[in-house]
Amino acid sequence: MEQKIRVLVAKPGLDGHDRGAKVLARAFMDAGMEVIYTGIRRTPEQIAEVAVQEDVDVVALSCLSGAHNTLFPKVVDLLKEKGADDILVMGGGVIPEDDIPFLKEHGISEVFGPGTPLATCVDYIRSHVKKEA
Amino acid sequence: MDVKLGVLAGDTRAVARAITWVENGDPRGAEVIRGVYASTGRAYIVGLTGSPGAGKSTLVSRLAALLAARGQKVGILAVDPSSPFSGGAILGDRVRMFDVALTRDVYIRSMGTRGALGGLNRATRMAARILDAAGFDWIFVETVGAGQAEVDVHDVAYTTAVVMAPGMGDDIQAMKAGIMEIGDLFIINKADHDGADRTATQVESVLQLSMTTGWNPPVLKVSAELNTGIDNVVDTIERHHTHLVASGKLDALKIRMAKLDVLEILKARLADMMKQQLEQPAVQVELEKVASKQSDPYSLADIIFEQSWRNT
Repeated sequence: MEQKIRVLVAKPGLDGHDRGAKVLARAFMDAGMEVIYTGIRRTPEQIAEVAVQEDVDVVALSCLSGAHNTLFPKVVDLLKEKGADDILVMGGGVIPEDDIPFLKEHGISEVFGPGTPLATCVDYIRSHVKKEA
Repeated sequence: MDVKLGVLAGDTRAVARAITWVENGDPRGAEVIRGVYASTGRAYIVGLTGSPGAGKSTLVSRLAALLAARGQKVGILAVDPSSPFSGGAILGDRVRMFDVALTRDVYIRSMGTRGALGGLNRATRMAARILDAAGFDWIFVETVGAGQAEVDVHDVAYTTAVVMAPGMGDDIQAMKAGIMEIGDLFIINKADHDGADRTATQVESVLQLSMTTGWNPPVLKVSAELNTGIDNVVDTIERHHTHLVASGKLDALKIRMAKLDVLEILKARLADMMKQQLEQPAVQVELEKVASKQSDPYSLADIIFEQSWRNT
């Protein structure tokens, strides 16, 4: 039996800057994971639906527009509505320190800011994804 | 969540989980297939293959949108290459499918090839069975960007469409075998670009060399980008379906598919069995003998093969 970690890298909202998301997607691939990338300007509804259809273990949200406090928790809520609250949701982008506690309260398991080494994100996923035995 | 009942009820999460299980070779996937197989056989499975960048993903999303608008449920299995080095993959077909990704009756699943070489993933066949059991009317199987030899899709689909783009004339000449033989229809995409007529003519001239009878693969010009000619593709697929039924070929094809379903499972089991044998400590000594030319690979393979049977 061969289990692969599946990750959805998603760009919610009106934000066209996806270099960071693409670099992460590549890093996850190089770490042996299967990465589905949404492309830019997706709604939380689209992201949650894709996460369910693709049966991913992780949703990695990237936002550089400042709307993270609205968009990230919305994705978490929609996943819960779909009975998919076992999916790990992590966030990244340009996110002020002060917002991180709020995001964590709302179901974002971890927030990675600019300058985070790629290996930190990869290791975080590896240690937090519960693969069924 | 009872995944088997969920699949039969068409529940997205259950379908998605069942596909993960068959992809991973999880025994629960086999249980689901056992439980739902009797409900399969209703979906019409269409394969799309062609060169990278020919426009397969865009075309599939147009086809799905058109069929969904007609009240049909559409499942899409989109295969992209896995890295031979890390085993990971970036599955990007979805990026071009977002127009239909939220249409209620369209399900899209991205799959990596995970080491398979025929243009699909080894579980694509069983994933199609799951979608079939879940009540999808149409299943589109999109291969990796294919060259000449990635013809596995022909063993999964009832109708196979080969998608091409203008400006690959010499390639077509070189493609007389393999992919040019599996097309039940040929789609020249990007028909608004220069050279589409020329490409269509070249494809037709290669097809004229074929000796098969009963069905002459049509060559259609479409533009997935501009959304033109898509209804013609659906009409042609339906016409091919009618031909398969009328000629009795569909029944023969279904028996062939059943055989291939079984073969796929047997191959996976045998491969697992042989791999286990290869890892045995006693075999390591023998492997060293092969490396130092005291033995040869055929002799060792014979020994391992016989031992595997004795142990089962």
